[in-house]
Amino acid sequence: MNPMEVLRTAVYALRGNWMRSALTSLGVIIGIAAVIVMVSVGQGTQAEIDKLVSGLGSNRLDISPGSGRGFGGIRIGGANTFTLKQDDADAIRAEIPEVQYVASTLRGSSQYVYAENNWSGSWQGVQPDWFEINGWQLASGDGFDARAYTGAAKSVILGETVRRELFGDEDPLGQTIRIGRVPFTVVGTLKPKGQGGFGQDQDDIVVVPLETARRRMLGAMGLPPGAVMQIALGVANAKDLDYVQGEVEALLRQRHKLQPGAEDDFNVRNIAEIIATRTATTNLMSKLLGAVATICLVIGGIGIMNIMLVSVTERIREIGLRMAVGAGPRDVRRQFLAEAMLISMIGGVIGIAIGIVGALLVGKFSDLPVAVNANVVGLAATFSIATGLFFGYYPARKASLLDPIEALRQQ
Amino acid sequence: MSAASTAPVAARAVIETQALDKVYAQGTEAEVVALRGVDLRILQGEFVAIMGPSGSGKSTLMNLLGCLDTPSAGVYRCDGVDVATLDAEQRARLRLDKIGFVFQGFNLLPRMSALENVSMPMGYANVHRGERLERAHAALAAVGLGNREGHKPSEMSGGQQQRVAIARALINRPPILLADEPTGALDSKTGEEILALFKSLQRDGHTVVLITHDPDVAHHCDRIFVMRDGQLSEEARA
Repeated sequence: MNPMEVLRTAVYALRGNWMRSALTSLGVIIGIAAVIVMVSVGQGTQAEIDKLVSGLGSNRLDISPGSGRGFGGIRIGGANTFTLKQDDADAIRAEIPEVQYVASTLRGSSQYVYAENNWSGSWQGVQPDWFEINGWQLASGDGFDARAYTGAAKSVILGETVRRELFGDEDPLGQTIRIGRVPFTVVGTLKPKGQGGFGQDQDDIVVVPLETARRRMLGAMGLPPGAVMQIALGVANAKDLDYVQGEVEALLRQRHKLQPGAEDDFNVRNIAEIIATRTATTNLMSKLLGAVATICLVIGGIGIMNIMLVSVTERIREIGLRMAVGAGPRDVRRQFLAEAMLISMIGGVIGIAIGIVGALLVGKFSDLPVAVNANVVGLAATFSIATGLFFGYYPARKASLLDPIEALRQQ
Repeated sequence: MSAASTAPVAARAVIETQALDKVYAQGTEAEVVALRGVDLRILQGEFVAIMGPSGSGKSTLMNLLGCLDTPSAGVYRCDGVDVATLDAEQRARLRLDKIGFVFQGFNLLPRMSALENVSMPMGYANVHRGERLERAHAALAAVGLGNREGHKPSEMSGGQQQRVAIARALINRPPILLADEPTGALDSKTGEEILALFKSLQRDGHTVVLITHDPDVAHHCDRIFVMRDGQLSEEARA
């Protein structure tokens, strides 16, 4: 019997009991939907982590003022507490050799004007290591030289978004833009990074030297002398991260003269920790859904096997007749396998549809990242076919081994 | 079949058995000897009856002749093929090519129309669907049911159902037609019509082996064999 004929016969048989067939495929539907949601959440999280790592680098620690221990809703230093000083950064560089890069930053936002174009956005006042720690590279220009840092030069480097908004097709190098009321010379542009791990536009950025920011852009804010808003550290070796974090905390507590038991007046944020938390949450979620999927597919498969066994018994005369008119064991086996696989494949198709909708809903109503792609669908389809094949084989084999004489004699 | 009509004298045996034995549960206390040394030779184009009381071994012989079973000893050549050498898959293929079954209980598939029932065996012979429906159409017309193609078995009389079953048995153009009590479930008038149909099939060159316990039915045949306690003998015609 050719495959098309086998399929036609299977469709015919299932249609005769379509309610039963539909209920039988329910287990597969739920199982496959769970597979889709599971894989989508897993892939979404992986994509997010990849973005986070590529955007921030994984071997870094960020120190910000204020108290707080961690990520996600816990107090993270406000802009009005200035407990971190440039001296702290210098001390870390001097006393913790595992720290490869140190860069203090000041932040703010302003309006940037060039000719008739203007753009509002945030800026960063940085030290030289900032580029390395954050993985920024210059697309054009020479950037800041040593004198620009020490002399608070009115030089600026533009992110791709700002460059596009202000200059369009024009070459920005050497041009003068105004930040607030102060004219700055453009000395470089940054290579674009695209969207960040949290969905923000990383290229919407303007970079100036730290001292320039302190003297010319934050002058009116009454910043305490030597204060910085953040210190970013690059650690040479990822395995030293935890150790360095401990060292930094001890050093800063000592420098800030905090009594034992007193709360930190700074906050060290570890990107690896964030990633680990994210991964752990997702892994748990994936395992849970994986367990649900496995159980559903097994139960669904057993349901299929059960119904197919019933079907073989019910249709024993039909099997006998088909054998008498020339169906071989192979034909009978194929027919019942095709029916089992059809049930599980229909369940798979419905499950894929429900799973995609479910994954999108999870993405909408929870903070879990979700990525639905074609691989997921392929995987789910494979699972559904495999379920039908595995659990349909035994009943199909049983049918094929029937003795036609006995089968015809059954009532 | 054209060979039979042009040269009937040289007709060859489509069924040939030599010393056929069939023993069930051999070597145990429940051993039953169903057939003993059955010799049978049926030529192409013959219309033959096999008679005998219940339990005489008729059905066993029928199953063997229909290649549903293999003999315990002896040789059966079905249209020249020694059945004992075949496995289940090959015997299925042989049934497909050589045997058409007609049963007492018709054995139509209840959810299929007459046309689908008749075309069903051709699916296993990998006949193209278009040709299948065409041939099924012609076969139903040949048994006088050209206007009943779309009817389900439950919508037809017993005689009509048996005609559908006969059309199905003929659909792969097998050289042998095996009918097991084909009129047993029909009233005598309808039974006569079915027997008339078999006779017309014989005139078209088909070989028909009819199994029955009814002497009136057997009398329509060219030759009559009788089974008694597993042994077969030919009855002289009166």
